[in-house]
Amino acid sequence: MHSSARRRVLPGFGLTLGLSWSYLGLIVLLPLSGLFLKTFSLSWAQFWDTVASPRVLAAYRLSFGAAFLAALLNAVFGLLVAWVLVRYRFPGKALVDALVDLPFALPTAVAGLTLTTLYSRNGWYGQHLEALGFQVAFTPVGIVIALTFIGLPFVVRTVQPVLEDIEADVEEAAATLGATPWQVFTRVLFPSVMPALLSGFTLAFARAIGEYGSVVFISGNMPMKTEIAPLLIITRLEQYDYAGATAIAGVMLAASFALLLAVNLLQRWTQRRFETRPGTG
Amino acid sequence: MHPPSHAPRRDRRLVSGPAAVRWLLISVALAFLGFFLVVPLVAVFTYALQKGVGAYFAAILEPEAWSAIRLTLLAAAIAVPLNLVFGLAAAWLISRFRFPGRDVLLTLIDLPFSVSPVIAGLIFVLLFGRQGWLGPWLAEHDIHIIFAVPGIVLATVFVTFPFVVREVLPIMQAQGHDEEEAALSLGASGWRTFLHVTLPKVKWGVLYGVLLCNARAMGEFGAVSVVSGHVRGVTNTLPLHAEILYNEYNLAGAFAVASLLTVLALVTLAVKKYVEWKAEAP
Amino acid sequence: MSVIVEQLTKRFTAGGTPAVSDVSFHAPSAAITTLLGPSGAGKSTLLRLIAGLELPDSGSVRIEGVECTHLPVQKRGIGVVFQSYALFKHMTVRQNIAFGLETRKLPRGEIEARVDEMLKLVQLEELGKRYPGQLSGGQRQRVAFARALAIRPKLLLLDEPFGALDSRVRIELREWLQSLHEQTGVTTLLVTHDQEEALEISQHVVVLSDGRVAQAGPPEEIYDRPATPFVASFVGGTSILRGRVRSGRAEVGTLVVAAPQSAREGEAVQAFVRPHDIKLARPANGSNELTTSRVERLKSVGGYVKVLLKLPSGETVTVEVPRAEFEDLGVVEGDHVHADVRMAQVFLGDFAI
Repeated sequence: MHSSARRRVLPGFGLTLGLSWSYLGLIVLLPLSGLFLKTFSLSWAQFWDTVASPRVLAAYRLSFGAAFLAALLNAVFGLLVAWVLVRYRFPGKALVDALVDLPFALPTAVAGLTLTTLYSRNGWYGQHLEALGFQVAFTPVGIVIALTFIGLPFVVRTVQPVLEDIEADVEEAAATLGATPWQVFTRVLFPSVMPALLSGFTLAFARAIGEYGSVVFISGNMPMKTEIAPLLIITRLEQYDYAGATAIAGVMLAASFALLLAVNLLQRWTQRRFETRPGTG
Repeated sequence: MHPPSHAPRRDRRLVSGPAAVRWLLISVALAFLGFFLVVPLVAVFTYALQKGVGAYFAAILEPEAWSAIRLTLLAAAIAVPLNLVFGLAAAWLISRFRFPGRDVLLTLIDLPFSVSPVIAGLIFVLLFGRQGWLGPWLAEHDIHIIFAVPGIVLATVFVTFPFVVREVLPIMQAQGHDEEEAALSLGASGWRTFLHVTLPKVKWGVLYGVLLCNARAMGEFGAVSVVSGHVRGVTNTLPLHAEILYNEYNLAGAFAVASLLTVLALVTLAVKKYVEWKAEAP
Repeated sequence: MSVIVEQLTKRFTAGGTPAVSDVSFHAPSAAITTLLGPSGAGKSTLLRLIAGLELPDSGSVRIEGVECTHLPVQKRGIGVVFQSYALFKHMTVRQNIAFGLETRKLPRGEIEARVDEMLKLVQLEELGKRYPGQLSGGQRQRVAFARALAIRPKLLLLDEPFGALDSRVRIELREWLQSLHEQTGVTTLLVTHDQEEALEISQHVVVLSDGRVAQAGPPEEIYDRPATPFVASFVGGTSILRGRVRSGRAEVGTLVVAAPQSAREGEAVQAFVRPHDIKLARPANGSNELTTSRVERLKSVGGYVKVLLKLPSGETVTVEVPRAEFEDLGVVEGDHVHADVRMAQVFLGDFAI
C-alpha cells in the first residue's frame, strides 16, 4: 500500500517507533526473556518433576477448571446483561451501565476481601447459604464466584458494541419472512454475536486462570483441594525454589499465549467474513 | 447505509416480543448484577464503618497505613506518567503507520493483560532477585530492587502499561488522519500538529486511560505481593496493608483501607460515564 | 384490486402532526404502484403500515381481499426489500434466500429447488455460496429481492431499494426490476422520491405530500395533468409563469385559457410549463424587443440545449430544445426569439383550470 509514502507525510514515525520498542523491550521483553532463559536452563526431568507432581496438577485442575466455569457463567449472564442494556430502556440504566466496569476498576484484593467476608459463615450471604447446607467460602465454589466477579465486564463489553451495531432492518426483514421473535433471536441475532461472545469468553477465561488477589482470600488455600496455581508459584518463591516457580509459571504462560492467539485469530476471522467490502456500487 | 434522519421511529415491539419477556429479562439481569456487584460494594463501606467513624479515620491515618498510602501514591506517580508517554507514542505509531512487526507490537502490548499478576512479579524476581540473573551484581553494589521500593514500582509499571494505549488507540483509529494532514498542509510542524490537533481530539480517551491506569496501579496486588517483602511501614502498598489487617482479624481496619481504593474505583467509573456522555454530545 | 388502503392515519407523537393522514388508495393487481413524494411525505411510514411493521391509529389495509390491519407482519404473506438490503451477514446467499422457506417448514428438497430458481431469476447463480460482505451493492440488493420473492409473496414492498447505490447501478437495476416484474407478475409497491424512477417503471402512481395523497393515477396523467401546484412542480421539471384573469380569460404569456365562472377579474394565475412545451422561433420582422424574449444563457446538455429565456413580462423560464432543432434556429446568447407557450397546467390558486 502507500505505507512508505505515509511514513514520510505524517511525522514522528522514527521517534514513536524507537520509543515504543525501547520501552517495550525494557519493561516487557527483558524481564520475560529472563523467565524463558530460566525455563530453558531447567533440565527436562526437573521441569517434568515439578509440573507433574500431584499437588501442582491439582492446582492446575483447579485454576483452569474454575476459570472455565466462571467464564461460562459470565458468557451466559454477560450476554443477558449486554442484551438488556442495548435493547431495553429502564430507570437507572446509565448507572447499571457504569457499574458493569466495577470489577475492572476495583483492586483485586478489595474484591477478594469483600467476597470472602460476604460468603463466610457469618457473612451476609454465608449465613443463609450455610443454613441451606451450602458452604461457599474456602471451597472451589467460592473460587468460581470470585472469578465470575472478575470476568464480568469482559463478556458484556465485548458483546455490547456488536449488539448495538445490528440494524433494526435485519430483524424486520426476518419478521417479514415469517420468523417469530424467538426465531429472530436464534437464527439471526445470536449467530451474529457468537464471535464476540466467544472472544469475551476467551478473554474472561484467560484473565481468570492467572487471577490471584480476588481468589487467594476466599479459597482457603488447602493443598490438593483449594490451592490455586499462582499461589503455588509464590510458595515456591518463598522457598527460593526459583526453578520450581518458573516451571509452574511456564505452563501457565504458554496457556496465556495460546488463548491470546486464539482471540486474535478469532477476531481476524470475524472481520474477514462479516465485514463489508468498502466502496462498491 | 443508515436510513435518513427523517425516517419514522422504529417500533421494535412488533418484532421483538411481548412486554412480559422483556421485563423478565431485565429483572434477571438486574438481580444478577445486584447480587454480584452492588451488594459487595455496599458491604465494603458497611464493614469499614462497623466500628464507627472514629475507628474508620484512625485506621486510615495510623502511621503504617499512611506510609502504605505514600508508597502507593509514589508507585502510581511514576507508573502513570511513564505509561502515558509510552501510550501516546504507541497509539500514534500503530494508528498512523504500517510497518513490519506491527502485529507483534500489538500482541506484546496486550501481554500484561493476559499474564497472571503473580507471573508478572515472578519475572522481576528472576531478573533482580537474590538468585536472579542480575542478583549477584546488585548485591555487590548494594542495590536493592526486589523487596524494596524500586521493585514495586517496576512491577506496577509492567502491569499497568497497556491501559492508556488500549483506550486511546481505537479512538485514534476511528478518527482518521484527515485533520492531521490538513494541519500539515497548512505548515504546522509534527509537534504542533500532535499537541494542537491530535491531543484535543482524543483527550477524553486519554483521561479515561490515565484513570484506569492509575486505579490499577494503586490497586495492584498479585505482582506487588511477589516483589515486595511485606515489610510493614516500608514495602507495603495499600492493598498489601489491607491484607495484613485482614489476616490480623482487624476487619474494620482492613475494610477502611479497602474503602479508599473503592472510592477511587467509583470515581474512575463516574469519570468514564462523563467521558462517554461528552463524546456523544458534540 | 390487490391492495386497498382506506383512511389510514398514523401519529408518532400524541397530538402532533400525523405522519400519515387519512390516506386511501387502491393499488392494482400485478402492477407496480409507486408511492412518490419528497422526504418527510410519509411514504415510508405508509409502506411500513401496509407491511405490518407499524400499527395504524385508524383505517384499514386489505391485501388481496384479506383484512390485514391487525394481522402480525409474519402472517401477511408479503415480501419486503429494504434500502439497506438487511441481508443476514452471517449466512451465505443461499441461506439468506432459504430463510423464509425454512420458517415455513418446507421440505429440504423443495427449499433447495426454490433457491436455485431464485438465483436464476436474479442472475446470481454463481454466487450462492458467498457471504454478503463479499458482494457489491447491486448484487446484495438482488439477493434481497431473491430472498423476498422466494416465499412467493402476494405483495412485494420496496422501500427506496436503489437509494444506496451509484447512479449508474441504479439505472441498471431499474431496468432489471422492470423485466423481473414482467417475469413474476407480483403486485409491487415501490417507495421512492425519484420521480424519474416513478414515471419510468410504474403503472400507477400515488403522489404524497405531508402525509396526504395529492394525486393518484397512471404516470402520464400525473405528468400531463397534475392536479395541484405541488404535483406539477414535484413531477417533471417546470418553470412557473404568472398571469392574471382578464375579461374572463387567464392570460399567461402567449397562452390564453378560459377562466372559470368563479374567477375574479385581475385574480392571479399560475402556469406550470414543462421545458419542452415552449416552442422557440426566430422573431418575425417588425416585432420589437417588447414582445420577444431574450436568450440569457445557453448550455448544451447531452442531446438537448437548455436555454434560459427572459420573457417580455420579466420572468425567466428554462426551455429544453433538441439539439438538431436548436441548430436550425441558429441563435446565440443575447439574441431575441419568439417564445410560444404550447401547453401548461394553469392554476387559479390551488385549483387547476
